[in-house]
Amino acid sequence: MEPIIKIVDLHKDFKQKDMDVHALKGVNLNIYKGDIYGIIGMSGAGKSTLVRCLNFLERPTGGSVFVDGRDLASLTEKQLREARKDIGMIFQHFNLLMQRNVVDNVCFPLEIAGMKKRDARKKAMEYLEIVGLSEKAKAYPAQLSGGQKQRVAIARVLASDPKILLCDEATSALDPQTTKSILQLLKEINQKYGITIVVITHEMAVVQEICSHVAIIDKGNLVEHGTVEEIFQAPKSREAKKLIYQGYEKVAEMKGKRCVRIVFHENSSFEPVIGNMVLAFKAPVNILYANTRDLDGVAKGEMILQLPEDLELGDKMITYLKNAKLSVEELEDYVG
Amino acid sequence: MWDEKVIQMIIEGIGETMYMTLVPTFLGYVLGMPLGILLTVTDKDGIRPNAGIYKVLDFLSNIFRSIPFLILLILLIPLTRMIVGKSYGSNAMIVPLTIAAAPYIARMVESSLKEVDHGVIEAAQSMGANTMTIVFKVLLMEARTSLITNATIVTATILGYSAMAGTVGADGLGAIAVRYGYNRYQPDIMIVTVILLVLLVQIMQGIGMMLSRHFDRRRTR
Ligand SMILES: Nc1ncnc2c1ncn2[C@@H]1O[C@H](COP(=O)(O)OP(=O)(O)OP(=O)(O)O)[C@@H](O)[C@H]1O
Ligand SMILES: [Mg+2]
Repeated sequence: MEPIIKIVDLHKDFKQKDMDVHALKGVNLNIYKGDIYGIIGMSGAGKSTLVRCLNFLERPTGGSVFVDGRDLASLTEKQLREARKDIGMIFQHFNLLMQRNVVDNVCFPLEIAGMKKRDARKKAMEYLEIVGLSEKAKAYPAQLSGGQKQRVAIARVLASDPKILLCDEATSALDPQTTKSILQLLKEINQKYGITIVVITHEMAVVQEICSHVAIIDKGNLVEHGTVEEIFQAPKSREAKKLIYQGYEKVAEMKGKRCVRIVFHENSSFEPVIGNMVLAFKAPVNILYANTRDLDGVAKGEMILQLPEDLELGDKMITYLKNAKLSVEELEDYVG
Repeated sequence: MWDEKVIQMIIEGIGETMYMTLVPTFLGYVLGMPLGILLTVTDKDGIRPNAGIYKVLDFLSNIFRSIPFLILLILLIPLTRMIVGKSYGSNAMIVPLTIAAAPYIARMVESSLKEVDHGVIEAAQSMGANTMTIVFKVLLMEARTSLITNATIVTATILGYSAMAGTVGADGLGAIAVRYGYNRYQPDIMIVTVILLVLLVQIMQGIGMMLSRHFDRRRTR
Protein backbone atom coordinates (compact mmCIF):
# COMPACT_ATOMS: atom_id res chain seq x y z
CA MET A 1 0.00 0.00 0.00
CA GLU A 2 1.18 3.51 -0.85
CA PRO A 3 1.59 5.78 2.16
CA ILE A 4 -0.76 8.76 2.18
CA ILE A 5 2.11 10.92 3.42
CA LYS A 6 5.64 10.09 2.38
CA ILE A 7 8.44 12.19 3.76
CA VAL A 8 11.79 11.71 2.05
CA ASP A 9 15.06 13.11 3.37
CA LEU A 10 13.36 16.30 4.48
CA HIS A 11 15.59 19.26 5.35
CA LYS A 12 14.67 22.70 6.57
CA ASP A 13 17.18 25.43 7.29
CA PHE A 14 16.20 28.83 8.57
CA LYS A 15 18.63 31.45 7.40
CA GLN A 16 19.13 34.15 9.95
CA LYS A 17 21.46 37.11 10.08
CA ASP A 18 24.06 35.69 12.41
CA MET A 19 23.57 31.95 11.88
CA ASP A 20 21.57 29.22 10.20
CA VAL A 21 19.21 27.03 12.15
CA HIS A 22 18.94 23.47 10.89
CA ALA A 23 15.44 22.67 12.06
CA LEU A 24 15.12 19.38 10.12
CA LYS A 25 18.14 17.30 9.16
CA GLY A 26 16.93 14.61 6.79
CA VAL A 27 13.68 13.17 8.07
CA ASN A 28 12.20 10.04 6.47
CA LEU A 29 8.75 8.83 7.42
CA ASN A 30 5.77 7.02 5.91
CA ILE A 31 2.29 7.59 7.22
CA TYR A 32 -0.52 5.33 6.00
CA LYS A 33 -4.19 5.98 5.52
CA GLY A 34 -6.13 5.68 8.76
CA ASP A 35 -3.10 6.04 11.03
CA ILE A 36 -3.10 8.37 13.97
CA TYR A 37 0.54 9.27 13.88
CA GLY A 38 2.06 10.98 16.90
CA ILE A 39 5.17 13.08 16.50
CA ILE A 40 6.76 13.78 19.84
CA GLY A 41 9.85 15.60 20.94
CA MET A 42 11.23 18.20 23.28
CA SER A 43 10.66 21.90 22.74
CA GLY A 44 12.63 23.13 19.72
CA ALA A 45 13.06 19.63 18.31
CA GLY A 46 11.48 20.63 15.01
CA LYS A 47 7.98 19.17 15.41
CA SER A 48 6.09 22.24 14.27
CA THR A 49 8.49 22.76 11.40
CA LEU A 50 7.95 19.16 10.29
CA VAL A 51 4.16 19.35 10.37
CA ARG A 52 4.16 22.74 8.63
CA CYS A 53 6.18 21.18 5.83
CA LEU A 54 3.38 18.67 5.30
CA ASN A 55 1.09 21.35 3.83
CA PHE A 56 3.90 23.61 2.68
CA LEU A 57 3.07 26.41 5.07
CA GLU A 58 6.82 26.08 5.38
CA ARG A 59 8.76 25.26 2.22
CA PRO A 60 11.40 22.59 2.84
CA THR A 61 14.93 23.47 1.81
CA GLY A 62 15.65 19.88 0.81
CA GLY A 63 13.95 16.55 0.29
CA SER A 64 10.34 15.89 -0.67
CA VAL A 65 6.88 15.51 0.75
CA PHE A 66 4.43 13.32 -1.16
CA VAL A 67 0.78 13.56 -0.24
CA ASP A 68 -1.42 10.98 -1.91
CA GLY A 69 1.46 10.23 -4.25
CA ARG A 70 1.90 13.84 -5.39
CA ASP A 71 5.13 15.71 -4.77
CA LEU A 72 4.01 18.98 -3.15
CA ALA A 73 7.07 20.79 -4.51
CA SER A 74 5.93 20.09 -8.07
CA LEU A 75 2.60 21.88 -7.65
CA THR A 76 1.81 25.39 -8.87
CA GLU A 77 0.49 27.90 -6.31
CA LYS A 78 -3.04 27.21 -7.43
CA GLN A 79 -2.65 23.44 -7.29
CA LEU A 80 -1.09 23.76 -3.87
CA ARG A 81 -4.10 25.74 -2.62
CA GLU A 82 -6.35 22.99 -3.98
CA ALA A 83 -4.20 20.30 -2.35
CA ARG A 84 -4.41 22.11 0.98
CA LYS A 85 -8.18 21.66 0.99
CA ASP A 86 -7.50 17.95 1.57
CA ILE A 87 -5.10 18.65 4.42
CA GLY A 88 -6.84 20.24 7.39
CA MET A 89 -4.93 21.76 10.27
CA ILE A 90 -5.78 22.64 13.84
CA PHE A 91 -3.61 24.72 16.11
CA GLN A 92 -2.66 25.20 19.74
CA HIS A 93 -4.28 28.63 19.84
CA PHE A 94 -7.32 27.64 17.74
CA ASN A 95 -6.89 30.54 15.28
CA LEU A 96 -10.56 31.29 14.83
CA LEU A 97 -11.77 34.48 13.18
CA MET A 98 -12.66 36.61 16.19
CA GLN A 99 -15.03 38.88 14.28
CA ARG A 100 -17.15 36.03 12.93
CA ASN A 101 -19.58 33.96 14.92
CA VAL A 102 -19.18 30.23 15.33
CA VAL A 103 -21.25 29.09 12.37
CA ASP A 104 -19.63 31.65 10.07
CA ASN A 105 -16.23 30.42 11.16
CA VAL A 106 -17.20 26.92 10.09
CA CYS A 107 -18.52 28.36 6.80
CA PHE A 108 -15.19 30.01 6.02
CA PRO A 109 -13.47 27.09 4.25
CA LEU A 110 -16.71 26.45 2.34
CA GLU A 111 -16.74 30.08 1.16
CA ILE A 112 -13.16 29.61 0.02
CA ALA A 113 -14.29 26.55 -1.92
CA GLY A 114 -17.00 28.67 -3.54
CA MET A 115 -20.03 27.03 -1.96
CA LYS A 116 -23.34 28.92 -1.88
CA LYS A 117 -24.02 30.64 1.42
CA ARG A 118 -27.17 28.66 2.22
CA ASP A 119 -25.61 25.28 1.50
CA ALA A 120 -22.52 26.29 3.45
CA ARG A 121 -24.60 27.22 6.50
CA LYS A 122 -26.48 23.96 6.36
CA LYS A 123 -23.28 21.94 6.15
CA ALA A 124 -21.67 24.03 8.89
CA MET A 125 -24.59 23.32 11.22
CA GLU A 126 -24.20 19.59 10.59
CA TYR A 127 -20.57 19.69 11.63
CA LEU A 128 -21.34 21.80 14.68
CA GLU A 129 -23.78 19.08 15.64
CA ILE A 130 -21.00 16.48 15.33
CA VAL A 131 -18.69 18.40 17.65
CA GLY A 132 -21.57 19.05 20.04
CA LEU A 133 -21.79 22.82 19.69
CA SER A 134 -25.03 23.45 17.77
CA GLU A 135 -26.43 25.69 20.46
CA LYS A 136 -23.38 27.98 20.26
CA ALA A 137 -23.75 28.62 16.53
CA LYS A 138 -24.49 32.32 17.01
CA ALA A 139 -21.88 32.91 19.73
CA TYR A 140 -18.57 34.63 19.02
CA PRO A 141 -15.24 32.90 19.77
CA ALA A 142 -14.50 35.36 22.61
CA GLN A 143 -17.50 33.94 24.43
CA LEU A 144 -16.28 30.34 24.31
CA SER A 145 -13.97 28.27 26.51
CA GLY A 146 -10.72 26.87 25.12
CA GLY A 147 -12.20 23.43 24.60
CA GLN A 148 -15.22 24.86 22.82
CA LYS A 149 -12.98 26.94 20.58
CA GLN A 150 -11.01 23.84 19.61
CA ARG A 151 -14.29 22.08 18.82
CA VAL A 152 -15.23 24.91 16.49
CA ALA A 153 -11.81 24.61 14.86
CA ILE A 154 -12.40 20.88 14.42
CA ALA A 155 -15.85 21.47 12.89
CA ARG A 156 -14.27 24.05 10.59
CA VAL A 157 -11.60 21.64 9.45
CA LEU A 158 -14.07 18.76 8.95
CA ALA A 159 -16.34 20.94 6.83
CA SER A 160 -13.91 20.78 3.94
CA ASP A 161 -13.83 16.95 4.01
CA PRO A 162 -10.08 16.59 4.45
CA LYS A 163 -8.24 13.31 3.98
CA ILE A 164 -5.57 14.33 6.44
CA LEU A 165 -5.76 16.28 9.65
CA LEU A 166 -2.64 17.92 11.09
CA CYS A 167 -2.78 18.87 14.77
CA ASP A 168 0.01 21.06 16.13
CA GLU A 169 -0.18 20.89 19.93
CA ALA A 170 -3.96 21.01 19.61
CA THR A 171 -4.50 20.22 23.28
CA SER A 172 -1.54 21.99 24.85
CA ALA A 173 -3.58 25.02 25.89
CA LEU A 174 -6.30 22.89 27.49
CA ASP A 175 -6.77 21.37 30.92
CA PRO A 176 -6.46 17.55 31.31
CA GLN A 177 -10.21 16.92 31.31
CA THR A 178 -10.82 18.99 28.17
CA THR A 179 -7.75 17.44 26.55
CA LYS A 180 -9.29 14.00 27.04
CA SER A 181 -12.57 15.01 25.44
CA ILE A 182 -10.85 16.64 22.45
CA LEU A 183 -8.64 13.58 21.95
CA GLN A 184 -11.73 11.40 22.15
CA LEU A 185 -13.35 13.51 19.44
CA LEU A 186 -10.29 13.18 17.21
CA LYS A 187 -10.35 9.43 17.68
CA GLU A 188 -14.02 9.30 16.67
CA ILE A 189 -13.28 11.38 13.59
CA ASN A 190 -10.50 9.01 12.65
CA GLN A 191 -12.74 5.97 13.02
CA LYS A 192 -15.90 7.43 11.49
CA TYR A 193 -14.42 9.22 8.48
CA GLY A 194 -11.14 7.36 8.08
CA ILE A 195 -9.22 10.62 8.24
CA THR A 196 -5.50 10.16 8.76
CA ILE A 197 -4.37 12.26 11.70
CA VAL A 198 -0.91 13.59 12.50
CA VAL A 199 -0.61 14.68 16.10
CA ILE A 200 2.24 16.88 17.25
CA THR A 201 2.78 16.90 20.97
CA HIS A 202 5.39 17.03 23.68
CA GLU A 203 3.30 14.89 26.02
CA MET A 204 3.59 11.10 25.97
CA ALA A 205 0.13 10.90 27.52
CA VAL A 206 -1.42 12.30 24.34
CA VAL A 207 0.33 9.68 22.24
CA GLN A 208 -0.78 6.90 24.57
CA GLU A 209 -4.33 8.16 24.51
CA ILE A 210 -4.99 8.13 20.78
CA CYS A 211 -2.04 7.31 18.56
CA SER A 212 -1.49 4.13 16.60
CA HIS A 213 2.05 5.09 15.66
CA VAL A 214 4.66 7.42 17.03
CA ALA A 215 7.84 9.04 15.80
CA ILE A 216 10.34 10.63 18.13
CA ILE A 217 12.16 13.66 16.89
CA ASP A 218 15.17 15.20 18.53
CA LYS A 219 17.19 18.20 17.35
CA GLY A 220 15.88 17.87 13.83
CA ASN A 221 16.48 14.13 13.55
CA LEU A 222 13.92 11.39 13.61
CA VAL A 223 15.45 9.02 16.17
CA GLU A 224 12.86 6.28 16.48
CA HIS A 225 9.49 5.36 15.06
CA GLY A 226 7.03 2.50 15.09
CA THR A 227 3.73 1.48 16.60
CA VAL A 228 2.94 2.99 19.97
CA GLU A 229 2.95 -0.53 21.49
CA GLU A 230 6.48 -1.24 20.28
CA ILE A 231 7.99 2.03 21.31
CA PHE A 232 6.17 2.19 24.58
CA GLN A 233 7.14 -1.34 25.64
CA ALA A 234 10.71 -1.22 24.52
CA PRO A 235 12.02 2.22 23.76
CA LYS A 236 15.49 1.97 22.24
CA SER A 237 16.81 5.47 21.89
CA ARG A 238 17.81 7.69 24.80
CA GLU A 239 15.35 10.33 23.65
CA ALA A 240 12.46 7.88 23.52
CA LYS A 241 13.26 6.70 27.03
CA LYS A 242 13.51 10.21 28.28
CA LEU A 243 10.11 11.10 26.85
CA ILE A 244 8.47 7.98 28.15
CA TYR A 245 9.92 8.44 31.61
CA GLN A 246 9.14 12.14 31.78
CA GLY A 247 6.05 11.42 33.86
CA TYR A 248 8.08 9.81 36.64
CA GLU A 249 9.95 12.88 37.69
CA LYS A 250 7.91 13.10 40.86
CA VAL A 251 9.45 9.81 42.00
CA ALA A 252 12.64 11.24 43.41
CA GLU A 253 13.65 8.44 45.74
CA MET A 254 14.02 5.88 42.96
CA LYS A 255 17.45 7.27 42.14
CA GLY A 256 20.26 4.89 42.97
CA LYS A 257 18.11 1.93 44.05
CA ARG A 258 17.23 -1.00 41.86
CA CYS A 259 14.09 -0.17 39.92
CA VAL A 260 12.24 -1.78 37.06
CA ARG A 261 9.64 -0.42 34.76
CA ILE A 262 6.98 -2.92 33.79
CA VAL A 263 4.44 -2.50 31.04
CA PHE A 264 1.08 -4.23 30.86
CA HIS A 265 -0.31 -4.91 27.39
CA GLU A 266 -2.81 -7.16 25.60
CA ASN A 267 -0.90 -10.37 26.17
CA SER A 268 -0.21 -9.76 29.82
CA SER A 269 -1.63 -12.14 32.37
CA PHE A 270 -5.04 -11.38 33.83
CA GLU A 271 -4.09 -12.38 37.37
CA PRO A 272 -3.02 -9.77 39.90
CA VAL A 273 0.65 -10.22 39.03
CA ILE A 274 2.26 -7.97 41.60
CA GLY A 275 0.23 -9.32 44.50
CA ASN A 276 0.98 -12.92 43.54
CA MET A 277 4.67 -12.15 43.18
CA VAL A 278 4.86 -10.65 46.66
CA LEU A 279 3.12 -13.72 48.07
CA ALA A 280 5.35 -16.13 46.13
CA PHE A 281 8.64 -14.53 47.22
CA LYS A 282 7.49 -13.40 50.65
CA ALA A 283 9.31 -10.15 50.02
CA PRO A 284 7.82 -6.67 49.60
CA VAL A 285 8.27 -4.45 46.60
CA ASN A 286 7.68 -0.75 46.50
CA ILE A 287 5.37 0.68 43.85
CA LEU A 288 6.92 4.03 42.99
CA TYR A 289 4.72 4.90 40.10
CA ALA A 290 1.68 3.40 38.46
CA ASN A 291 -0.32 4.46 35.51
CA THR A 292 -2.68 1.71 34.53
CA ARG A 293 -6.02 1.74 32.86
CA ASP A 294 -8.58 -0.89 32.21
CA LEU A 295 -9.04 -1.05 28.46
CA ASP A 296 -11.70 -3.50 27.31
CA GLY A 297 -11.16 -5.63 30.41
CA VAL A 298 -7.38 -5.78 30.03
CA ALA A 299 -5.05 -3.84 32.26
CA LYS A 300 -2.87 -1.56 30.17
CA GLY A 301 -0.25 0.83 31.34
CA GLU A 302 2.93 0.84 33.30
CA MET A 303 4.39 0.66 36.78
CA ILE A 304 7.71 1.35 38.37
CA LEU A 305 8.72 -1.08 41.11
CA GLN A 306 11.55 -0.80 43.57
CA LEU A 307 12.98 -4.28 44.11
CA PRO A 308 14.61 -5.63 47.30
CA GLU A 309 18.34 -4.95 47.81
CA ASP A 310 19.13 -8.66 47.46
CA LEU A 311 20.41 -9.02 43.88
CA GLU A 312 19.49 -12.67 43.45
CA LEU A 313 15.96 -12.14 44.74
CA GLY A 314 15.60 -9.15 42.41
CA ASP A 315 16.67 -11.23 39.42
CA LYS A 316 14.15 -13.89 40.31
CA MET A 317 11.42 -11.34 40.52
CA ILE A 318 12.32 -9.99 37.08
CA THR A 319 12.11 -13.48 35.66
CA TYR A 320 8.75 -13.95 37.35
CA LEU A 321 7.40 -10.77 35.81
CA LYS A 322 8.70 -11.71 32.38
CA ASN A 323 7.00 -15.09 32.67
CA ALA A 324 3.74 -13.27 33.33
CA LYS A 325 4.18 -11.73 29.86
CA LEU A 326 4.97 -8.27 31.06
CA SER A 327 7.62 -6.11 29.47
CA VAL A 328 10.29 -5.53 32.07
CA GLU A 329 13.11 -3.08 31.87
CA GLU A 330 15.71 -2.08 34.44
CA LEU A 331 16.05 1.63 35.01
CA GLU A 332 19.76 1.87 35.79
CA ASP A 333 20.60 4.81 33.64
CA TYR A 334 17.53 6.74 34.58
CA VAL A 335 18.17 9.88 36.52
CA GLY A 336 14.96 11.70 37.34
CA MET B 1 -20.48 92.79 16.20
CA TRP B 2 -22.26 89.45 16.79
CA ASP B 3 -24.54 90.42 13.99
CA GLU B 4 -26.22 88.15 11.52
CA LYS B 5 -23.29 88.41 9.12
CA VAL B 6 -20.80 87.02 11.60
CA ILE B 7 -23.08 84.16 12.59
CA GLN B 8 -23.74 83.41 8.93
CA MET B 9 -19.98 83.42 8.33
CA ILE B 10 -19.34 81.00 11.18
CA ILE B 11 -22.06 78.62 10.01
CA GLU B 12 -20.57 78.65 6.52
CA GLY B 13 -17.15 78.11 8.10
CA ILE B 14 -18.39 74.93 9.79
CA GLY B 15 -19.66 73.66 6.44
CA GLU B 16 -16.40 74.46 4.68
CA THR B 17 -14.33 72.87 7.41
CA MET B 18 -16.40 69.70 7.23
CA TYR B 19 -16.01 69.70 3.46
CA MET B 20 -12.24 70.17 3.67
CA THR B 21 -12.02 67.40 6.26
CA LEU B 22 -14.32 64.71 4.97
CA VAL B 23 -13.55 64.92 1.23
CA PRO B 24 -9.74 64.64 1.62
CA THR B 25 -10.20 61.92 4.23
CA PHE B 26 -12.36 59.95 1.82
CA LEU B 27 -10.03 60.51 -1.14
CA GLY B 28 -7.08 59.82 1.14
CA TYR B 29 -8.55 56.41 1.93
CA VAL B 30 -9.19 55.70 -1.74
CA LEU B 31 -5.44 56.16 -2.32
CA GLY B 32 -4.05 55.16 1.08
CA MET B 33 -6.02 51.99 1.75
CA PRO B 34 -4.60 50.05 -1.23
CA LEU B 35 -1.15 51.37 -0.34
CA GLY B 36 -1.53 50.23 3.25
CA ILE B 37 -2.70 46.81 2.10
CA LEU B 38 0.27 46.56 -0.29
CA LEU B 39 2.67 47.57 2.49
CA THR B 40 1.24 44.83 4.72
CA VAL B 41 1.17 42.13 2.09
CA THR B 42 4.63 42.78 0.62
CA ASP B 43 6.47 43.19 3.93
CA LYS B 44 8.90 40.38 4.73
CA ASP B 45 6.48 38.68 7.15
CA GLY B 46 3.55 39.40 4.83
CA ILE B 47 1.59 36.89 2.79
CA ARG B 48 3.39 37.87 -0.44
CA PRO B 49 6.77 39.26 0.52
CA ASN B 50 8.25 41.53 -2.14
CA ALA B 51 11.19 43.59 -0.95
CA GLY B 52 11.21 45.81 -4.07
CA ILE B 53 7.60 46.99 -3.85
CA TYR B 54 7.79 47.32 -0.09
CA LYS B 55 10.92 49.47 -0.13
CA VAL B 56 9.58 51.85 -2.77
CA LEU B 57 6.26 52.36 -0.98
CA ASP B 58 7.95 52.60 2.37
CA PHE B 59 10.33 55.28 1.08
CA LEU B 60 7.63 57.33 -0.65
CA SER B 61 5.27 57.30 2.30
CA ASN B 62 8.05 58.32 4.66
CA ILE B 63 9.12 61.20 2.42
CA PHE B 64 5.62 62.61 2.12
CA ARG B 65 4.94 62.23 5.81
CA SER B 66 8.11 64.02 6.80
CA ILE B 67 7.31 67.19 4.83
CA PRO B 68 5.46 69.64 7.14
CA PHE B 69 1.94 70.18 5.84
CA LEU B 70 2.27 73.92 5.21
CA ILE B 71 5.37 73.37 3.11
CA LEU B 72 3.74 70.51 1.20
CA LEU B 73 0.81 72.82 0.50
CA ILE B 74 3.12 75.44 -1.01
CA LEU B 75 5.13 72.88 -2.96
CA LEU B 76 1.95 71.51 -4.46
CA ILE B 77 0.59 74.87 -5.65
CA PRO B 78 1.45 74.19 -9.32
CA LEU B 79 -0.28 70.80 -9.17
CA THR B 80 -3.27 72.31 -7.40
CA ARG B 81 -3.55 75.01 -10.08
CA MET B 82 -3.43 72.36 -12.74
CA ILE B 83 -6.21 70.28 -11.19
CA VAL B 84 -8.53 72.90 -9.68
CA GLY B 85 -7.60 76.00 -11.68
CA LYS B 86 -6.74 78.11 -8.67
CA SER B 87 -4.61 77.78 -5.56
CA TYR B 88 -6.86 79.16 -2.81
CA GLY B 89 -10.29 78.34 -1.41
CA SER B 90 -11.71 75.09 -0.08
CA ASN B 91 -11.76 73.27 -3.40
CA ALA B 92 -8.12 74.00 -4.00
CA MET B 93 -7.19 72.77 -0.52
CA ILE B 94 -8.62 69.32 -1.28
CA VAL B 95 -5.51 68.55 -3.37
CA PRO B 96 -2.74 69.09 -0.80
CA LEU B 97 -4.93 67.74 2.00
CA THR B 98 -5.55 64.51 0.10
CA ILE B 99 -1.89 64.14 -0.78
CA ALA B 100 -0.89 64.72 2.84
CA ALA B 101 -3.55 62.27 4.04
CA ALA B 102 -2.85 59.34 1.71
CA PRO B 103 0.60 58.23 2.96
CA TYR B 104 -0.44 58.88 6.55
CA ILE B 105 -3.53 56.72 6.02
CA ALA B 106 -1.42 54.03 4.33
CA ARG B 107 0.71 53.80 7.49
CA MET B 108 -2.34 53.73 9.74
CA VAL B 109 -3.92 50.95 7.66
CA GLU B 110 -0.65 49.02 7.66
CA SER B 111 -0.37 49.20 11.44
CA SER B 112 -3.98 48.05 11.88
CA LEU B 113 -3.60 45.13 9.51
CA LYS B 114 -0.37 44.03 11.14
CA GLU B 115 -2.21 43.65 14.43
CA VAL B 116 -4.10 40.68 12.99
CA ASP B 117 -2.92 37.47 14.63
CA HIS B 118 -0.55 35.64 12.32
CA GLY B 119 -2.07 32.32 13.36
CA VAL B 120 -5.43 33.26 11.88
CA ILE B 121 -3.78 34.11 8.56
CA GLU B 122 -1.97 30.81 8.67
CA ALA B 123 -5.23 28.97 9.35
CA ALA B 124 -6.73 30.60 6.25
CA GLN B 125 -3.68 29.60 4.21
CA SER B 126 -3.98 26.04 5.46
CA MET B 127 -7.56 26.00 4.10
CA GLY B 128 -6.29 27.00 0.67
CA ALA B 129 -7.34 30.67 0.78
CA ASN B 130 -5.77 32.89 -1.89
CA THR B 131 -4.26 36.32 -1.29
CA MET B 132 -7.45 38.24 -2.12
CA THR B 133 -9.54 36.15 0.25
CA ILE B 134 -7.01 36.65 3.02
CA VAL B 135 -6.91 40.42 2.44
CA PHE B 136 -10.66 40.96 2.27
CA LYS B 137 -12.04 38.26 4.53
CA VAL B 138 -9.30 37.94 7.11
CA LEU B 139 -7.12 41.06 7.33
CA LEU B 140 -9.71 43.77 6.73
CA MET B 141 -12.49 42.03 8.66
CA GLU B 142 -10.41 41.05 11.65
CA ALA B 143 -8.80 44.50 11.85
CA ARG B 144 -12.00 46.45 11.37
CA THR B 145 -12.25 47.94 14.86
CA SER B 146 -8.69 49.12 14.73
CA LEU B 147 -9.26 50.51 11.21
CA ILE B 148 -12.27 52.49 12.42
CA THR B 149 -10.48 53.81 15.49
CA ASN B 150 -7.58 54.89 13.31
CA ALA B 151 -9.95 56.52 10.80
CA THR B 152 -11.20 58.68 13.66
CA ILE B 153 -7.68 59.78 14.44
CA VAL B 154 -7.01 60.42 10.74
CA THR B 155 -10.14 62.59 10.42
CA ALA B 156 -9.19 64.70 13.44
CA THR B 157 -5.69 65.17 12.01
CA ILE B 158 -7.03 66.25 8.61
CA LEU B 159 -9.34 68.66 10.38
CA GLY B 160 -6.29 70.15 12.03
CA TYR B 161 -4.52 70.43 8.66
CA SER B 162 -7.55 72.13 7.13
CA ALA B 163 -7.47 74.72 9.88
CA MET B 164 -3.77 75.23 9.22
CA ALA B 165 -4.56 75.74 5.54
CA GLY B 166 -6.61 78.72 6.71
CA THR B 167 -3.42 80.71 7.22
CA VAL B 168 -2.63 80.60 3.52
CA GLY B 169 -5.92 81.35 1.90
CA ALA B 170 -8.37 78.61 2.57
CA ASP B 171 -11.89 79.02 3.93
CA GLY B 172 -13.40 77.39 6.96
CA LEU B 173 -13.16 77.84 10.70
CA GLY B 174 -9.38 77.92 10.64
CA ALA B 175 -9.40 80.82 8.21
CA ILE B 176 -11.92 82.72 10.33
CA ALA B 177 -9.84 82.21 13.44
CA VAL B 178 -6.77 83.55 11.68
CA ARG B 179 -8.56 86.45 10.08
CA TYR B 180 -10.27 87.69 13.23
CA GLY B 181 -7.94 86.51 15.93
CA TYR B 182 -4.63 87.34 14.31
CA ASN B 183 -5.17 89.97 11.64
CA ARG B 184 -7.93 92.03 13.31
CA TYR B 185 -7.33 90.99 16.88
CA GLN B 186 -10.89 90.08 17.79
CA PRO B 187 -10.21 87.26 20.25
CA ASP B 188 -13.88 86.52 21.00
CA ILE B 189 -14.58 85.35 17.44
CA MET B 190 -11.36 83.41 17.45
CA ILE B 191 -12.29 81.69 20.71
CA VAL B 192 -15.71 80.75 19.36
CA THR B 193 -14.16 79.17 16.27
CA VAL B 194 -11.63 77.30 18.39
CA ILE B 195 -14.41 75.94 20.59
CA LEU B 196 -16.29 74.87 17.47
CA LEU B 197 -13.20 73.07 16.15
CA VAL B 198 -12.81 71.27 19.46
CA LEU B 199 -16.49 70.30 19.39
CA LEU B 200 -16.19 68.96 15.84
CA VAL B 201 -13.26 66.78 16.86
CA GLN B 202 -15.17 65.55 19.91
CA ILE B 203 -18.21 64.65 17.85
CA MET B 204 -16.17 62.77 15.26
CA GLN B 205 -14.28 61.01 18.01
CA GLY B 206 -17.56 59.98 19.61
CA ILE B 207 -19.01 58.67 16.37
CA GLY B 208 -15.79 56.79 15.57
CA MET B 209 -15.63 55.10 18.96
CA MET B 210 -19.29 54.17 18.79
CA LEU B 211 -18.86 52.58 15.37
CA SER B 212 -15.71 50.80 16.42
CA ARG B 213 -17.43 49.34 19.47
CA HIS B 214 -20.48 48.44 17.45
CA PHE B 215 -18.39 46.35 15.06
CA ASP B 216 -16.24 44.65 17.69
CA ARG B 217 -17.20 41.04 18.35
CA ARG B 218 -14.27 40.25 20.57
CA ARG B 219 -15.98 41.31 23.77
CA THR B 220 -17.30 38.57 26.00
CA ARG B 221 -20.87 39.85 25.87
N1 LIG C 1 10.56 30.96 11.30
C1 LIG C 1 11.68 30.56 11.91
N2 LIG C 1 12.83 31.26 11.79
C2 LIG C 1 13.95 30.85 12.39
N3 LIG C 1 14.05 29.75 13.14
C3 LIG C 1 12.96 29.01 13.32
C4 LIG C 1 11.71 29.37 12.73
N4 LIG C 1 10.78 28.45 13.08
C5 LIG C 1 11.42 27.56 13.85
N5 LIG C 1 12.74 27.87 14.01
C6 LIG C 1 13.74 27.12 14.76
O1 LIG C 1 13.67 25.78 14.36
C7 LIG C 1 13.82 24.90 15.47
C8 LIG C 1 12.62 23.99 15.55
O2 LIG C 1 11.47 24.76 15.86
P1 LIG C 1 10.02 24.14 15.98
O3 LIG C 1 9.08 25.25 16.18
O4 LIG C 1 9.77 23.23 14.84
O5 LIG C 1 10.14 23.30 17.32
P2 LIG C 1 9.02 22.46 18.10
O6 LIG C 1 9.52 21.08 18.19
O7 LIG C 1 7.71 22.69 17.48
O8 LIG C 1 9.07 23.13 19.54
P3 LIG C 1 7.88 23.46 20.55
O9 LIG C 1 7.56 22.21 21.28
O10 LIG C 1 8.50 24.48 21.47
O11 LIG C 1 6.74 24.02 19.76
C9 LIG C 1 14.00 25.79 16.68
O12 LIG C 1 15.37 25.89 16.97
C10 LIG C 1 13.45 27.12 16.24
O13 LIG C 1 14.11 28.16 16.90
MG1 LIG D 1 5.88 23.67 18.07
